[in-house]
Amino acid sequence: MATLEVTGLEKSFGGVRAVQGVSFSVAPGEMLALIGPNGAGKSTCFNMLNGQLRPDAGAVRLLGQDITGLAPRQVWRLGVGRTFQITATFGSMTVLENVQMALLSHHRRLGGLWRPVARMDAAPARALLERLGMADQAARPCGILAYGDLKRVELAIALANEPKLLLMDEPTAGMAPQERVSLMALTAQIARESGIAVLFTEHDMDVVFSHADRILVLDRGRLIAKGAPAVVRADPRVREVYLGSGAVTGAH
Amino acid sequence: MENLVLQALSGLASASSLFLVASGLTVIFGVSRVVNFAHGSFYMLGAYLAYTLVTHLPRGHLGFWGGVIGAAVLVGLIGLAVEMLLLRRIYRAPELFQLLATFGVVLIVQELTQMIWGAQDLLGPRAPGLRGSAEILGLRFPLYELFLIGVGPVVLGLLVLLFRRTRWGTLVRAATQDREMVGALGVNQRMLFTSVFFLGSLLAGLGGALQLPRESVNLHMDLSIITEAFVVVVVGGLGSLTGAALAALLIGELHAFGILIVPKITLVLVFLVMALVLVVRPHGLLGKPEAAARGGQGSAEPVIGPAPAALRWLALAALGLAVVVPPFLGDYAISVLTELATAVLFAASLHLIMGPGGMASFGHAAYFGLGAYGAALAAQWLGAPMLAGLALAPLAAGVFGLVFGYFCVRLSGVYAAMLTLAFAQIAWSVAFQWVEVTGGDNGILGVWPDAWAAPKLVFYYLALALCLGATLLLRRVVHAPFGYALRAQRDSALRAEAIGIDAFRIRWLGFALAAAAAGIAGGLFAYGKGSVFPTYMGIPRSVDALLMVLLGGVQTLSGPIIGALAFTGLQEQLVRLTDLWRLILGAVIVLLVLFFPQGLAGATRARWEARHGDA
Repeated sequence: MATLEVTGLEKSFGGVRAVQGVSFSVAPGEMLALIGPNGAGKSTCFNMLNGQLRPDAGAVRLLGQDITGLAPRQVWRLGVGRTFQITATFGSMTVLENVQMALLSHHRRLGGLWRPVARMDAAPARALLERLGMADQAARPCGILAYGDLKRVELAIALANEPKLLLMDEPTAGMAPQERVSLMALTAQIARESGIAVLFTEHDMDVVFSHADRILVLDRGRLIAKGAPAVVRADPRVREVYLGSGAVTGAH
Repeated sequence: MENLVLQALSGLASASSLFLVASGLTVIFGVSRVVNFAHGSFYMLGAYLAYTLVTHLPRGHLGFWGGVIGAAVLVGLIGLAVEMLLLRRIYRAPELFQLLATFGVVLIVQELTQMIWGAQDLLGPRAPGLRGSAEILGLRFPLYELFLIGVGPVVLGLLVLLFRRTRWGTLVRAATQDREMVGALGVNQRMLFTSVFFLGSLLAGLGGALQLPRESVNLHMDLSIITEAFVVVVVGGLGSLTGAALAALLIGELHAFGILIVPKITLVLVFLVMALVLVVRPHGLLGKPEAAARGGQGSAEPVIGPAPAALRWLALAALGLAVVVPPFLGDYAISVLTELATAVLFAASLHLIMGPGGMASFGHAAYFGLGAYGAALAAQWLGAPMLAGLALAPLAAGVFGLVFGYFCVRLSGVYAAMLTLAFAQIAWSVAFQWVEVTGGDNGILGVWPDAWAAPKLVFYYLALALCLGATLLLRRVVHAPFGYALRAQRDSALRAEAIGIDAFRIRWLGFALAAAAAGIAGGLFAYGKGSVFPTYMGIPRSVDALLMVLLGGVQTLSGPIIGALAFTGLQEQLVRLTDLWRLILGAVIVLLVLFFPQGLAGATRARWEARHGDA
């Protein structure tokens, strides 16, 4: 069964039909990229998947269960991790504490009034950071971290609830080119090992074409192409959308 | 029927005066985001200056109107000076910190006004040409009131013209919507802020000066108008001029007709309406949500860690003194220490919601007072022993914290703070006006501890143990998952929601917990004083708590403790030593704000970290 199944998703803002009739699915362990020019509706589409926006029509199913219209925190409880285009972490906490919070929430231990956080779920949090190569930064406050490192922290947070689906909105935006490749390679590795379905949006075509198993192309709210990277690269409609930018061939 | 019309007209006249003050406040807030407590002081200064000018200038039209205008301009210049000398230096300080500074100004102005004009009420001359009254529907109505009714709309019209037709006005509107963007476009923000302060203060001064023929000029004008003006500004929507006009109209008429229709609850009517408006429209009648702060990373509040060894030793030493010394002190000193203990818990409880929770409360005294009344009512009507009363105190405060908090924590920023104020005023006026149960203004007397705790020293140790215990418990909570969850929703609502944290629930429970803790302090305070009064829930006490937290430093756990000791201790000593205590306290506050913008504990911590490396 597909991990995520989306059918007939629609969203309008006033007169603007931001997303129209979008359907697709993601399989366990699959890296699916959602691309398209600015304003194509990628972020809108994304925000409907984890409940930040309520779709006007259509359905979102997670492992067969209808999750349309649930609040983000409920969607998260069902096993959906999320990273943001502009990173969102707790600036007054250390890297380790950020991951601990996700773990504590996952284990429903946030109501605790007595035991200090310092001693709770620290080992598994450290293990997650280890996996993402962030162990040496564990004690630093998130508020002073470099942007690329924050992206990794977000990924560690997103993995804390042992998700079945990862939603990553521009996971490598703002990172140096080498960092991008290594982060996405790591994500792909984790996804395959743990059978996590990954859906990500991305502007960097190098990242998309080297790490995505399949690609969806969105333009003005509609899916205009989907399939393996080679197929999408050759698609005339995709070329038309990106015409002149040369981005599809990987050049800048 | 005729009476109703006259009542409506006098409501319009009040609305007009109220609008003058509120319009200045809302324009200042819109641009600078400063919650300006001193605005009421400017209003009062306007009235006093107008009194002096009008009585010294030659009689007649020129003397009177020249005096009024002159007073308004002078007040505008005073506002300008306050902005340039004080506020300009602290715009970058944490949110609400400017409030502390403006409160210092309030104290200073109060004292100076009393020094210059004396404590007695002053009666100004009536306006030339407007002394008589007009006949409306067979009844007489003062001409001056009619004139005032006209002033409001004229000023509104002039302001609208100013904001719509001039380049300066356009900049003010732009800054109200998105200050950061205006700065990015290369606008000289300093000039903009200063000029807005001038205009806003001038309007407050004009409002005050125009009261001269209406009522006596007195030293209480500042605080009585500032609450009303805040209500108008918040009901109208922060930064919205037409909103302020609409709200002034609503509040003015409410006052006029409230007395006729529901005389029993006149004091609370305004706050009930504000609460209602805010519950239905979280940004006031015509307000808009603030532009989200940019910068992605949001707050970079400091990490909270265990206290460094030096601080632990200092705390232990202080505790040692608090235990060992009192047996050698007199009764008076012991009751001061008892009061200090309750102040510490009171401040620590407010800190939980302000610091980790990220919500300001202008009405925290409600829960202090509810604890006090809970204990006192139980003692008076049920004959409950002291320990039962003390157990009931946090319960009563906590339950009301749950009820009021349910509405308050849905809002954000100043709106949330004003809703807490509204609920506090509602609680206060119930205590004040429900005389049969609460004794009204006379309070409940004879709330004494049981025989075993009757000696001052024994009661002190009891208060110390309970207050310290509760404060340490709150501190423990901040280090526990619940406290982390509070900070999580403050740091990033988006991320908190994305990892399954229900921000509303966390804020709500945090609010109730803080209320219950304040209730303990209130209960102990009641038994310590032997009586309770409505003033326990009054605005001044809420402001005290706010000052303690801000003075100590919002972002350190020891801040509220140090702030409570410093503020209460200082106030206590100054009141005893000098008649000029307000002047000195105000000056101390202003200086502290200028030199320790992170609060006392925050500044100490910064020094410590600079010397000992990043802790």
